[in-house]
Amino acid sequence: MDFLNALALITNYILLPGFTYGSQLALGALGVTLIYAVLRFSNFAHGELMSFGAMICILFTWLGQSYGINFGVLPTALIFLPIAIGFTALYCFIIEKFVFAYYRRKKSDPIIFLIASIGVMFFTAGLIRFIIGPSDQNFNDGVRFIFNVREFKAFTGLDEGFGLKTSQAITILTTILLCSILFVFLNKTRTGKSMRAFSDNEDLALLSGIDPNKVVLLTWVIAGGLATFAGVLYGLDKIYKPFIFLQMLLPIFSAAIVGGVGNPIGAVVGGYVIALSELFVTFAYRKVLAYLLPESMEPSGMMQFLSTDYKFAVSFIILVIVLIVRPTGIFRGKTI
Amino acid sequence: MFLSAENMLGGYGETTILNDCSISVKKGEIAVIVGPNGAGKSTAMKAIFGMLDLRAGNIIFDGKDISDLKPQERVKSGMGFVPQTHNVFTSMTVMENLEIGGFTNQENLSKNISEVFKLFPVLEEKQKQLVGELSGGQRQQVAVGRALMTNPKLLMLDEPTAGVSPLVVKELFEKIISIARTGIAILMVEQNARQALEIADNGFVLVQGENKYTDKGSKLLSNKEVRKAFLGG
Repeated sequence: MDFLNALALITNYILLPGFTYGSQLALGALGVTLIYAVLRFSNFAHGELMSFGAMICILFTWLGQSYGINFGVLPTALIFLPIAIGFTALYCFIIEKFVFAYYRRKKSDPIIFLIASIGVMFFTAGLIRFIIGPSDQNFNDGVRFIFNVREFKAFTGLDEGFGLKTSQAITILTTILLCSILFVFLNKTRTGKSMRAFSDNEDLALLSGIDPNKVVLLTWVIAGGLATFAGVLYGLDKIYKPFIFLQMLLPIFSAAIVGGVGNPIGAVVGGYVIALSELFVTFAYRKVLAYLLPESMEPSGMMQFLSTDYKFAVSFIILVIVLIVRPTGIFRGKTI
Repeated sequence: MFLSAENMLGGYGETTILNDCSISVKKGEIAVIVGPNGAGKSTAMKAIFGMLDLRAGNIIFDGKDISDLKPQERVKSGMGFVPQTHNVFTSMTVMENLEIGGFTNQENLSKNISEVFKLFPVLEEKQKQLVGELSGGQRQQVAVGRALMTNPKLLMLDEPTAGVSPLVVKELFEKIISIARTGIAILMVEQNARQALEIADNGFVLVQGENKYTDKGSKLLSNKEVRKAFLGG
């Protein structure tokens, strides 16, 4: 019984939030890793692309709500996700045409692309502040919980319990679905294989008749779509905060690098590694230990490794360890 | 002549590497370019494939002047090219390499794949393996197989036996002969000059970007001067 209580606590405070946050990071890292593998640069604007996608989705959600559109128990925002993806893909298309295409023609070094992407990041952040303003927006409607802690306790008779938020279930399920689709696309379809070939050996891909422009645009569309999903799901789960996306770049890049940059499976695994470690390291284990240890050994302190203020340091530490011990990441990175 | 590159003059930037160099191949025949290091062998082949801007000279292929076409367009018009390095997709399987090779030739895909497998039976066994995990000789087979997927009328090989063990070199040359028997013209740059000339119908000995000797492969092999200067006696 005590063991189950401890497990319920850990599920409620670490596992569920960890897998949710991990899914959001995984979707973000997938976009970063795809751009790195195919277009060969680290796209620092990716966080703002997530923000941009979420913003478009929020604007359309408001518009829809003003016409009385809703999605029943599910958040209305999900209806407008496809439109938001379309706009974000279009935005990616525009920055590719007006910024990156120039450097691609000049065959610039990846570092120049990276610096250009920082410019795009600031520009996009400014654009977002102009359109939706700097303040937080809560756009999550529908039913908040599939079951909450109280219902769980009543159902199981345990002293502790966990609740499953609708947004958590949606995030985790959507991520599983999207990753499966992406992997099938990359490994089984002709277009997906042409993207992998382009990523592996650009010159040989050209000789085989693969159109580089198509591959580049397709990569942007996929990265933009993934970014929109990540941004909207993060906003539904927590809140939409324009400022948070700059901070999220660090865990997202950590996830991509820890997993092995350029490797999609690595990006997903990296996302969960980073998210779960953040929570495991900053969680206060006092109550859990009280259930597991005999009464005489009950801890008096918080039993916390690190204060939650240091949450972002965790991704840094993991990043540094991985770069020292295994620079190519958990899965060998570099190509898709 | 099926391919004739006439009086090519060019190089990288200001330097001149090819100096009035001419190369030609007939259908179903093997032509080999040999010569000392820095003679412009690979450069001559790159020029024929359109990877080098020529200052003078023409490239006539299949009766058409293709001097102004880009490499990709030359592939479409029937040239196949196997570069010396980076000639396979290492992170993809053997099968996927062939599929990408036939990217623009979908209607003949399965037929071409089975023909490549007939030519290189070992690739059929290893079709699901990543090319990065194969041996040097097997990789070269994948590289040649990939180039054959477009049904080229001329196959150009840039040092196909570089980094391949001597035992496998012989086998690879035999495969190249059987490709030529199917009516494909083959143009090859080779370091293994003696072995290459043995299988060649025609040989071109280049020195400093110029045609020094041009003759039948067997005649070059028996030519005293050629033997002394390029074949080690």
